[in-house]
Amino acid sequence: MIETLKITNLHVSVGEKQILNGVNLTINRGEVHALMGPNGSGKSTLAGVIMGHPNYEVTEGTIELNGQDILEWDATERARAGVFMAFQRPMAIPGVKMADFLRHATTNVRNPQRKEGEQLIPMREFRKELREKMTQLKMDEEFARRYVNDGFSGGEMKRAEILQMAMLRPKFAILDETDSGLDVDAVKLASQSIAEIGGAEMGILIITHHDRLLEHNTPDFTHVILGGRIVETGGVELARELYTEGYEKVRERHPEDAAIEKEMAAKDKQLVGGGV
Amino acid sequence: MSTAIAAKGFSQAAFDAYLAARDEPAWLLDMRRKAWARFQDLPLPSVRDEEWMRTDIRLFKLDRFELPDALGHGEASQGQVPHALLAAGVNLGGRAVVMNSHALSAKLEPSLAKQGVLFGSLQHLVKEHGDLLRPFFERRVVDPHKDKFAALNAACWSGGTLLYVPKGVRIEQPLHALSAISNGGVDLDKTLVILEPGADATMLSETASTDTTGGGMHCGSIELIVEQGARLRYVNLQNWGHEVWHFAHQKGHVGREGRLQWTIGALGSRLAKVNQHVAMTGPDAEVQVNGVMFTEGKQHLSYNTHQHHQAAFCKSDLLYKAALQDKSRTVWRGMIRVERDAQRTDAYQRNDNLMLSRDARADSIPGLEIEADDVRCTHGSTSGRVDDQQLFYAMTRGYTRREAVRMIVAGFFQQVFDRITIESVRDALSEAIGRRVSDIKGL
Ligand SMILES: Nc1ncnc2c1ncn2[C@@H]1O[C@H](COP(=O)(O)OP(=O)(O)OP(=O)(O)O)[C@@H](O)[C@H]1O
Ligand SMILES: [Mg+2]
Repeated sequence: MIETLKITNLHVSVGEKQILNGVNLTINRGEVHALMGPNGSGKSTLAGVIMGHPNYEVTEGTIELNGQDILEWDATERARAGVFMAFQRPMAIPGVKMADFLRHATTNVRNPQRKEGEQLIPMREFRKELREKMTQLKMDEEFARRYVNDGFSGGEMKRAEILQMAMLRPKFAILDETDSGLDVDAVKLASQSIAEIGGAEMGILIITHHDRLLEHNTPDFTHVILGGRIVETGGVELARELYTEGYEKVRERHPEDAAIEKEMAAKDKQLVGGGV
Repeated sequence: MSTAIAAKGFSQAAFDAYLAARDEPAWLLDMRRKAWARFQDLPLPSVRDEEWMRTDIRLFKLDRFELPDALGHGEASQGQVPHALLAAGVNLGGRAVVMNSHALSAKLEPSLAKQGVLFGSLQHLVKEHGDLLRPFFERRVVDPHKDKFAALNAACWSGGTLLYVPKGVRIEQPLHALSAISNGGVDLDKTLVILEPGADATMLSETASTDTTGGGMHCGSIELIVEQGARLRYVNLQNWGHEVWHFAHQKGHVGREGRLQWTIGALGSRLAKVNQHVAMTGPDAEVQVNGVMFTEGKQHLSYNTHQHHQAAFCKSDLLYKAALQDKSRTVWRGMIRVERDAQRTDAYQRNDNLMLSRDARADSIPGLEIEADDVRCTHGSTSGRVDDQQLFYAMTRGYTRREAVRMIVAGFFQQVFDRITIESVRDALSEAIGRRVSDIKGL
């Protein structure tokens, strides 16, 4: 059976504010999907909701993993079921070494039934694997001893997110602008690494404004999100059109969604600190 | 506690008998008598005293306790002594154990003894080395007349620990002192650490109860004397039973170009009121003060810190971190005082509190008193809960909520441990605190 992450008619709000207005998206394991859309169109929100962020309220619709409704699951359960997200803005956890953080995380995700306090993956085994993955990503060994995202440069954080994905080996991965902050060489490397890690193993949703990450991960589907709804789905050529020509044409083709987009932006201006 | 014992308390007759049995140098007995007179004159502090405003000890009854000798708990066997947390994995140069204010044992590497190092029971060593120690006693680093507890300790201290390091002697291996009480016991500990010019040493001291839920009283003092160019690293872990009353005056004197790194960990006691002072008495002295507090239940831990810059070109840096559970409470009052002659002072103080429950409360009261004009003095404090975004991030990596909280708390403290340069000591301390972190019930 092909494993599937299926999002149906998803409506999401934060407080009074409606952000997603009926998103439909089905990702099969082994597929690459690109999600593109203007700033503020709801991409990170969709990613966060799939991951189980408690601030978002799902008012309508479902998220299913292999036919099972996962809306009631918390982020821990989703992670252990094989859902991963690389954050657009990863959080720093001062005082906690990357290696320790990942050893615990890897143990939990690989043994979803693990109870608190039970054995972690043997240190030696873990270190070996971590070192391999870091070499692959051309990361300095020193990295593992640094505190999680604490004082990392933008590019370092994104690399660290890919490293985490490599260690956790998810079934479904959402990469939220993992290319932003990376220099030209680093994006290339990231693109290759994602392909190597993912291959036929993962269903990937790549959220991006550029084409570089897609170089080695040719999307089977490209989706355009506007005003909280996926308004178009196409192949790789749609992605190409968007990053060369922008979203004006899309807006022209979907005046209603463009109007919603405008409305949302106007509300944002009224709300103090309503950014992402 | 039986009425027969309660009747004894801290009476004049009990004190006279206590002194008569001590066989100590006359100058010391004299100091004790003066402090005793002061003890009798002074009332117990109350919430009317500014320093005690937030620390209510009305439920503390001094007459429930008594002078250590009469108690007869001192002969406890080694088997009853609590496990020493700070000694784990550390290659020690000496160990001393005090139980209910009685010296139980003391060991020192012969090679260190040969170099003139003294380590062990202060009560015993002051009899043998009275002339050497007298000037340090008379320096009154902790003012014996400061309040009733200071006076009580100065008059009645018993057991205690001494570390004396002669000029230029450098000790690689840390020395470890444990002071313990059994349930209902009294600890009138006095710790005296003296580093003569150019000496270098690390001392780890910890206090604990044989019974983690036990009661009792600690009324103690710590005096750290760091002479010119000497370097002392001092770690003090307070892990009393949860019904113990803890009153302490602790002070360091750091001379010209001296270095003091003083780290305290506080886990235990029902109520703690601690004055931790450092005075930089000579130019170019440097002091680092680190504090880690972890409270639960209805514990109340109150710390008064004082960074006293008496000479020019000195540096002091204080970082206190507390994590609070349940209905516990911490109070930190920090004062940086810079005297007129202490130009080019560089002083910093910071207190961060992590609230793990809605009912916990942390008060941070920083203060500056600056007489000199060419100084840099800064302070900061934060109080907050565990960050929701951090929690979510960790949970998306498979952590349960509770595991995530523990990890974040451990990281919060790690930033203090990182300042401790000796790896084995750092590990032992973080392990000791880590045990408590792993008991966190979650949010
Ligand atoms: N927690 C929140 N509280 C309030 N508003 C939010 C919150 N999260 C998202 N929004 C709003 O929802 C809208 C969509 O935000 P989202 O972060 O999903 O956009 P995005 O498509 O990822 O944009 P970008 O390309 O800039 O990353 C924005 O108007 C944003 O301000
Ligand atoms: Mg976004």
